[in-house]
Amino acid sequence: MIEEIRAHVAEKLQELDGVIGLRRTAEGTAPCLFREGDDLSQLELDPRYPLASVVSLLQKRYPEARFGIAARGCDARALVEMAKREQVDPDRLYLLGVVCTAEEAEECHCTDPAPDPAPWPQAEVIGTPVEGAPPNPIVAAYEGTSLEERRMFWQGQFLKCIKCYGCRNVCPECFCEACALEDKVWVEPGVLVPPFPMFHLIRAMHMSGRCVACRQCELTCPAHIPLTVLYDLIRRDVEDLLGYVPGADITVSPPLSLTLEDAPLRMELE
Amino acid sequence: MEYQNIATTCIYCGAGCGLYLEVLDGEIVGVLPAKEHPVSQGRLCIKGWNATSFVYHPDRLKTPLIRRGDAPSTSSGHRFEEATWDEALTLVAERLGTVKAESGANSIAFLSSAKCTNEENYLLQKFARAVIGTNNVDHCARL
Repeated sequence: MIEEIRAHVAEKLQELDGVIGLRRTAEGTAPCLFREGDDLSQLELDPRYPLASVVSLLQKRYPEARFGIAARGCDARALVEMAKREQVDPDRLYLLGVVCTAEEAEECHCTDPAPDPAPWPQAEVIGTPVEGAPPNPIVAAYEGTSLEERRMFWQGQFLKCIKCYGCRNVCPECFCEACALEDKVWVEPGVLVPPFPMFHLIRAMHMSGRCVACRQCELTCPAHIPLTVLYDLIRRDVEDLLGYVPGADITVSPPLSLTLEDAPLRMELE
Repeated sequence: MEYQNIATTCIYCGAGCGLYLEVLDGEIVGVLPAKEHPVSQGRLCIKGWNATSFVYHPDRLKTPLIRRGDAPSTSSGHRFEEATWDEALTLVAERLGTVKAESGANSIAFLSSAKCTNEENYLLQKFARAVIGTNNVDHCARL
């Protein structure tokens, strides 16, 4: 499949300003902007990095440029939520979707392992989509526990936190200029362990309607906190209560991102 | 229009976690953890995530400074003057030689740094022991 993807990228580079993907060199594999004439034998698909953030960075720096991206399902979902919040421009993006294998989907407990070309003006998908993997078994086990057991579970997990902010830094949906986790009203600087449970629950609440289950936060956590369990639960609640699935439909507004301009909450001052 | 990630090693402690510097048109714009790095395996602490904060800092020292009594006073009250590496190294060599001759090798101590490489730290202790002749060697990351 990788050869087919490289061939597509080579073809698209003739009309695009560049394609964002992973580049493997002797020093390792990392995100890169491939340009026409670059050695595409270095284009790889593993390990996964938050490529959607690179699209945002480059589109903002070059407001006229048209880029492509070799995107997995989670990258594509992240781009959908970023587009809704004006972090990426779908009209200037060509999405080359790459389907994950069944093994990859299982490793990530990914229920949606194939990119959806539908939201994108220019897109195609390489490979045969596989079935989604079963959800993380920790979530089901968690459901059977009492409130006190749940509190103990998270207390034990959050106690390991070294407050590296890696979960926030790596997240493609964390792009606020001012972060509540850096506001000393909520999080006292220079103090470990971070306040339980607020530190992680502030982030979890801010991820509601945003988290696309890309698992980057969990993969980068030095304390091995099962963050996707927390965000899976948030995602489930957002779907059950608000009928919203982040990353699914680019035309649906995120329920927690509405402005109050037309809402009846505005007070009339006499 | 050039975006690439440059592999390097975190300078903050002896663990030596692997990270990439995100470089856009020659300017560092971010840090990414190196997922294939044998030590850190895609994880960083808060220092690693901010390992580049000093790169463009206005207070960063870019040349050696020599404290001289007649140099103009800085805002912090110190009388430092910018110098070339030749001037600075000549001064240090002369003063170390004088102090050793007058007061003995054990009147001198060496403090090394986690921001240096393993090899640089090796050289510093070698210089202390073999050239100056003292075991007074310590390190800011001797945790």
